[in-house]
Amino acid sequence: MTSIGKPKLHHPALQANKIGFTRRDYEGKVSTLCAGCGHDSISAALIQAFWELDIEPHRVAKLSGIGCSSKTPDYFLGNSHGFNSVHGRMPSVLTGANLANRGLIYLGVSGDGDSASIGLGQFAHVMRRRVNMAYILENNGVYGLTKGQFSATADSGSRSRRGLTNTDAAVDTVSLALLMGATFVARGFSGDKAQLVPLIKAAIAHPGAAFIDVVSPCVAFNNHPGSTKSYDYVRQHNDAVNRLDVWPAREPIAVDYAEGATIEVPQFDGSVLRLRKLDAHYDATDKTSAMAHITHAAEKGEVVTGLLYLAPDASDLHAHLDTVETPLNALGDADLCPGAAMLDKINAALR
Amino acid sequence: MKRLAAINDFVVKFANVNGSGSASANELFAKAFLRMGVPVSPRNIFPSNIQGLPTWYEVRVSEQGWLARRGGVDLMVAMNPQTWDRDVKELEPGGYLLYDSSKPLPPSKFRADIHPVGVPITELANAHFADGHVRQLVKNLIYVGALASLLDLELEVLADMIRERYKEKDKLTESNLAALRLGFDYAARHLAGAIGLKARRADNVGERIFIEGNAAAALGCVYGGATVCAWYPITPSSSLAEAFMHYCARLRVDKATGKNKFAIIQAEDELASIGIVVGAGWNGARAFTATSGPGVSLMTEFIGLAYFAEIPVTIIDVQRGGPSTGMPTRTQQSDLLACAYASHGDTKHVLLFPDGPRECFEFAALALDLADRLQTPVFLMTDLDIGMNRHLCEPLAWDDSRRYDRGKVMSRADLDSGKDFGRYLDVDGDGIPYRTLPGTHPDRGAYFTRGTSRDAYARYSEAGPDYVYNMERLLRKFATAKTLVPKPVLTPAKKPARFGAIYFGSTAPAMHESLDALAGQGVHVNALRVRGFPFPDEVAEFVKAHPKVFVIEQNRDAQLKTLLVNEAGIGAENLISVLHYDGTPITARFITGEIARIARRFQRPAPAPAHEVA
Repeated sequence: MTSIGKPKLHHPALQANKIGFTRRDYEGKVSTLCAGCGHDSISAALIQAFWELDIEPHRVAKLSGIGCSSKTPDYFLGNSHGFNSVHGRMPSVLTGANLANRGLIYLGVSGDGDSASIGLGQFAHVMRRRVNMAYILENNGVYGLTKGQFSATADSGSRSRRGLTNTDAAVDTVSLALLMGATFVARGFSGDKAQLVPLIKAAIAHPGAAFIDVVSPCVAFNNHPGSTKSYDYVRQHNDAVNRLDVWPAREPIAVDYAEGATIEVPQFDGSVLRLRKLDAHYDATDKTSAMAHITHAAEKGEVVTGLLYLAPDASDLHAHLDTVETPLNALGDADLCPGAAMLDKINAALR
Repeated sequence: MKRLAAINDFVVKFANVNGSGSASANELFAKAFLRMGVPVSPRNIFPSNIQGLPTWYEVRVSEQGWLARRGGVDLMVAMNPQTWDRDVKELEPGGYLLYDSSKPLPPSKFRADIHPVGVPITELANAHFADGHVRQLVKNLIYVGALASLLDLELEVLADMIRERYKEKDKLTESNLAALRLGFDYAARHLAGAIGLKARRADNVGERIFIEGNAAAALGCVYGGATVCAWYPITPSSSLAEAFMHYCARLRVDKATGKNKFAIIQAEDELASIGIVVGAGWNGARAFTATSGPGVSLMTEFIGLAYFAEIPVTIIDVQRGGPSTGMPTRTQQSDLLACAYASHGDTKHVLLFPDGPRECFEFAALALDLADRLQTPVFLMTDLDIGMNRHLCEPLAWDDSRRYDRGKVMSRADLDSGKDFGRYLDVDGDGIPYRTLPGTHPDRGAYFTRGTSRDAYARYSEAGPDYVYNMERLLRKFATAKTLVPKPVLTPAKKPARFGAIYFGSTAPAMHESLDALAGQGVHVNALRVRGFPFPDEVAEFVKAHPKVFVIEQNRDAQLKTLLVNEAGIGAENLISVLHYDGTPITARFITGEIARIARRFQRPAPAPAHEVA
């Protein structure tokens, strides 16, 4: 992971958000990924999402595992602390970080090798533990850093660049996240920024375990005929169940209601998630039908994108552990140490 | 026939069936001596099984205050027919066998040189209690009652403890007291003078407390300011995390809001446990995990990351018999090398070696301080013997003027004042860099943490000099750690001694008793108890001052000796290993026997060579 800094010159005409930051303030180092990599598009979407949400970059902790995707946190939010941990074990590190300071925004970035192979266990458990985070899985169905082996999300029957056919069944991470108890489950496509940015914004605002599987074609090793994670394939088979708008609550909500029924879901940070249904039968708050919809679409070879499931009454790990509001890392000696007098009492009971 | 006779100086062993409710009765027996002012050290000896299989509880009574296992059994309470033969075999000649005589046993079931003492326990239970389940449970109290009479234990002391234990549960108090009285009366009536071992009130316990090492370590974590604990159940460390939960619920709930000033996660495995601790440590919380050898094996990748990325982590390793699944419910000191060098590449970690519950408490708090100060993994190395047995020890102590050492953390004000922040810069020359916590400052101090090589400003770099700079700095940091770990404790011999002995951890009680026994045989040994790794300079100086130094440890491969040779510049030729590794806690008898045997060899003049070779 090379570190190439970007020049810090800002164009005077760059638009600032409400807290005075321009998009450039949300950038990181220059990406060293291949030109055209879907992951870079996701980084761009993240930059835009955080900028639009008016979040101070340093209030974000970005954690990743190992792999092409896990390199990306170096390429956005340069003023945030980042943590490139070990392969597949980002979820536990993020959990610990979140326990230490509930006051920050936690962004987990992972890949399909990272999350669906070695990290499948931690992926499952971080969802059921409902850690408050936005977990972005940059899914290209291939191992890029080791030059083109299948990952566990590669569809059965899909072909590698070297012409091998995958005979294993694919791990469907959105189904798994749903099953394990994630309270926000979505799928996006790196090539559809218009859909992805609101999804990311909604995930960040969500007060629990928010997961977005982002299909992100690998231009070097998995963007060829026969791949089900290529740009062409996904564009041809994309079936979006909905489009989202996220409106910060401090703004008057003014949206166009013309395109059918909407539901409004207030989020943790005070924003309101406005969900516009494109499919009259799709209800993103119904877990059972979400699962059925994903399964049926997969059988037809379709890649379902959009917000697939949202639990309106979501809560997070800190709520379940009933921890104090003050971040645990800010508690001092006086908060933590019961003192010598108490120890005397404990000693007395041990005789 | 020989008949053992002693006052306040004997070993009683209970052979029971797991799940029969014997544990609390046996502990009641042991604690009665303490209440009478007589030191005891009990040990649970339990195979790795769930229910229905054998379990033992051994109580050493020693007015002199020896707290190690002595070896040998003077009085066996044989309540498990399955282990009868081996239990009978363990008795010292002239010893006593208390058994359930409800059914007659053939003479072949006894030994000619021991004294059987029959109590019709089942018969008594069946005659006085109607409920089948109660009948089974009260058997334990019946034999405790009988023992009270046979050994002159004060019945009221036992009765008071029963009342304390079952307060507000009248029925339980009643049935337990009745059973106790039943056994006592039977023995008083039928077995007067059957046993030559006696208890007598003394004044040798003082203010000392009776606590398991795991509970004491858990309290140390509470007092030391740990707010995040992530663990995965594994014998013999599980009771540590459970004790932490218990004490946090009692001591760490915010009075105003009722909310918790702690977070405890029972993770899905050891990998996640240490990952959570790494994440919490990175983000500035004091965090620890408790595990055992197999857990450490699973954690090593993360431990390497924490070492290289320089993240505070506290790992409590309650060691058990290894390798692999080994002997899960037996004790050893065999994880030293695995912990000292955990993970691939060039790594060295800080280890602390408590000798019992009191140091478990102190060193747990110290480990949290050292982890923050040094920004590195720190291991607290206890073992099953310390962790899962109750030990008599000095009261736990805390100095209210003590402040947590949070280490070198740069604040927003530090950054605003223009101080240069380079995450891996050695500003103070002690190898310890400064860190910032996430969220500290809008535009200064953010950095990227990674397990890959980087320069002093945390920028990814594979440049040789950058890598070497960090690796050398980590060594400087390790040298700093040498000045921060607890100093070794010297027990000088009463007479000038040519032998030295180095030991650590749970070997201490047996070693102290052995030193006394050896002196009685004219073998004088200066003893040094090592308490931390890297070894302070005093350790090498001690070895230099003696022509021969025994290294006593509870593993096969002389791991402490290896560390001394590898890391303290000590020549292997001066070190003589005394190794005990059958899974039972080391005894004074064993150490005395080994050292005396070897010492005699060195004291004898060398035999003249048979043939002179020109």
